[in-house]
Amino acid sequence: MAQFQPLFSIENQNLFTEVQPTGPLHDGPPLPRGDWRRSGKPFMWHLLGRIGNAQIGPIYLGGLGVASLVFGTLAFNIIGFNMLASVDWSPLQLIRQLFWLALEPPPPSFGLSIPPLAQGGWWLVVGFLLTTSLLLWWARTYRRARQLGLGTHVPWAFAAAIWLYLVCGFFRPIMMGSWSEAVPFGIFPHLDWVSALSLRYGNLFYNPFHALSIVFLYGSVLLFAMHGATILAVSRFGGEREIEQIVDRGTASERAALFWRWTMGFNASMESIHRWAWWFAVLTPLVGGIGILLTGTVVDNWYLWSMKHGVVPSYPAVYPVNVDPALLIGVKP
Amino acid sequence: MSVTIRLSLRAAQLAAASVALVLLAGCERPPVTAVQTGYRGTGMEQVNNPRTDRITVAMNQAPESAEPASPDGPKASQVYQNVQVLGHLSVAEFARHMVAITAWVSPQEGCGYCHNVQNFADDGKYTKVVARRMVQMTQHLNADWKPHVGATGVTCYTCHRGNPVPAQVWYAPAGRKYAENSVMGDLAGQNIGARSVGYSSLPNDPFTPYLLGDQPIRVNGNEALRFTGAAANLASTKQAEHTYGLMMHMSNSLGVNCTFCHNTRAFQSWDEAPPQRVTAWHGIRMARDLNVAYLEPLTSTFPANRLGPKGDVAKVNCSTCHQGVNKPLLGAAMAKNHPELLAPYKVAGLPAPVSEAARSVLYFNVGSAALGGDQAKGLVLLISALSTTPGSKATISGYHSASGDLVPNQELAKQRALTVRDSLVAAGVPADRLTLEKPVSAEANLSGEDPAARRVEVSVK
Repeated sequence: MAQFQPLFSIENQNLFTEVQPTGPLHDGPPLPRGDWRRSGKPFMWHLLGRIGNAQIGPIYLGGLGVASLVFGTLAFNIIGFNMLASVDWSPLQLIRQLFWLALEPPPPSFGLSIPPLAQGGWWLVVGFLLTTSLLLWWARTYRRARQLGLGTHVPWAFAAAIWLYLVCGFFRPIMMGSWSEAVPFGIFPHLDWVSALSLRYGNLFYNPFHALSIVFLYGSVLLFAMHGATILAVSRFGGEREIEQIVDRGTASERAALFWRWTMGFNASMESIHRWAWWFAVLTPLVGGIGILLTGTVVDNWYLWSMKHGVVPSYPAVYPVNVDPALLIGVKP
Repeated sequence: MSVTIRLSLRAAQLAAASVALVLLAGCERPPVTAVQTGYRGTGMEQVNNPRTDRITVAMNQAPESAEPASPDGPKASQVYQNVQVLGHLSVAEFARHMVAITAWVSPQEGCGYCHNVQNFADDGKYTKVVARRMVQMTQHLNADWKPHVGATGVTCYTCHRGNPVPAQVWYAPAGRKYAENSVMGDLAGQNIGARSVGYSSLPNDPFTPYLLGDQPIRVNGNEALRFTGAAANLASTKQAEHTYGLMMHMSNSLGVNCTFCHNTRAFQSWDEAPPQRVTAWHGIRMARDLNVAYLEPLTSTFPANRLGPKGDVAKVNCSTCHQGVNKPLLGAAMAKNHPELLAPYKVAGLPAPVSEAARSVLYFNVGSAALGGDQAKGLVLLISALSTTPGSKATISGYHSASGDLVPNQELAKQRALTVRDSLVAAGVPADRLTLEKPVSAEANLSGEDPAARRVEVSVK
């Protein structure tokens, strides 16, 4: 083990970028006829080079990108101005209450009809604008990937997230017959909505799809940490050149594989680990969305559903038996 | 490592530390104590912070009560003028009560806060009219709301704590200047950091729908699947947010976690819930009863400066009594030292109800809109007559006695009529066959309390 290093030498753990390779600025390969030109003159930014590539730009906007930004900006501004109006146009209160403010969907009385602007109409407008913006941006990632001759893994992973967004704000409200079931646009309000949804439908922790989604979410974090750590740990042997290692397995790859085989008996390969990561990430919103779609449309109370199907145990009674007072005759109303 | 890297690392550490400080500024510092209250592993526990607890305990100490006064000698009603609800006390007991109520409610302002000190019998000050009604409310609460207040009961001090207006009351929230009728900026009654709901963004007036109105609080059903069972649960997620707001208020007011009343893995389950949930259930109804029957009817009695931004009267919620602890005044049994507050004084027994096929007359206790004793039996013949003659309709009129203030009395008469209507509906009479009719004349006796005047008349037409 000639490469043995002192244990606490942080420089040798490769946790921070220490070397910035800088080359001549370049625009990338030429684009075919019919595409837009890339915009912006590329330049170097040392600080960003510490966490990524030091070359900034050029960016490819394209028709889809511009349209997406227009719709997105409109949505963002309508939300913002509604928030500002809700605090009587006080900029100070807008900042102070920003985390509490929201653009709320219409009240339940409107069902799926078009409400007046003042009572959730803006929410519907913003929902349309934001969804259009997201779908346009999705199409843009798809086009750019094809244009570079890449696979379409990134667009499909993005589509998984859009699926969950559409389930919460569009598909489920339609199946429930009420826009009011959708998520408000706001920071704390959307979190309170999540809690309220769980409380209303008998505790989402008893929803098996929610459980699966958590498995994939936490699994993603675990896999990300394992993979990141493994590659950094073998970077002293050239392990960060992952693609080369896939084709021509060198000592970095062998050591990484051995490490996991020794510690847990099994190792992912240099290429399969990325499939693990991709599927875990994509399945998080996919199964989560299925769980949300079933909530209220099929299942009214996940706790009772789980008890009925023996998913969870019941615990011994520790309190005296309570009777629901509303069922007692002669009790105060 | 180069100097620049060291410097930027240092800067990053500093920035991270300041962000952490800002984020933690709203937190209570550890350690806290957690007491297990349910089966192991279910998370049923109460979390307490001993440092904030010390403050709460200091703020919730009950004052000493004076030695009992002699019940002998002439009655207050015989010696003083215009003693309407405490006239049965001896003069000594009456004086002890007046001293106590002054110390509880207006220690700075003294007797003159309620009384015209030139003429103590004068009802000119609104505070005296309110205080009289509040004494009746306390008596009613101690006598009729035992499922909530138990044998401990309440006194004026439970809420007032030396303040003429209890520190924790609620009004309908103020409207906004521009946004109220604007096409933009709908808050839907939520999404503002509000103390009433623990600074969450939940609907911040959970009181108007639940503690004044009787909107359904329950949002959970008893069936696993949607649209099944006898009563399919159609509550919306928005309704759940409103209920959640009320529960945040309750949790805050009592200084307890959700697990004090609920097994949080199944909020709707009564089988798995701690027994406190039953007490709390009655508490919600109690607050609603007090607001509807006692406080709202006083709206016109109060001067404008005592009313809320929407012109509504100060009303009670859980924190009015509880003030941060699950038992007000930490469970001190103060009321037993003040027996005059434990039950309404009944001037005379109620007359037996009049029960005929075409007419019922039911009698009520002083200040009460509840059907006591066997008064409801007076409806038996009338109900069977209504059910055998499908086309027939019944008219219900409520009355009050002459003593007291006219406006709250009229409201009381209306509440009495509503009680009877609800009883009839509960007995299966369709609501569209029942009409409420305000009596043409109050037709009250002129000599104060007359049990025969406190009545509801139902006649079949």
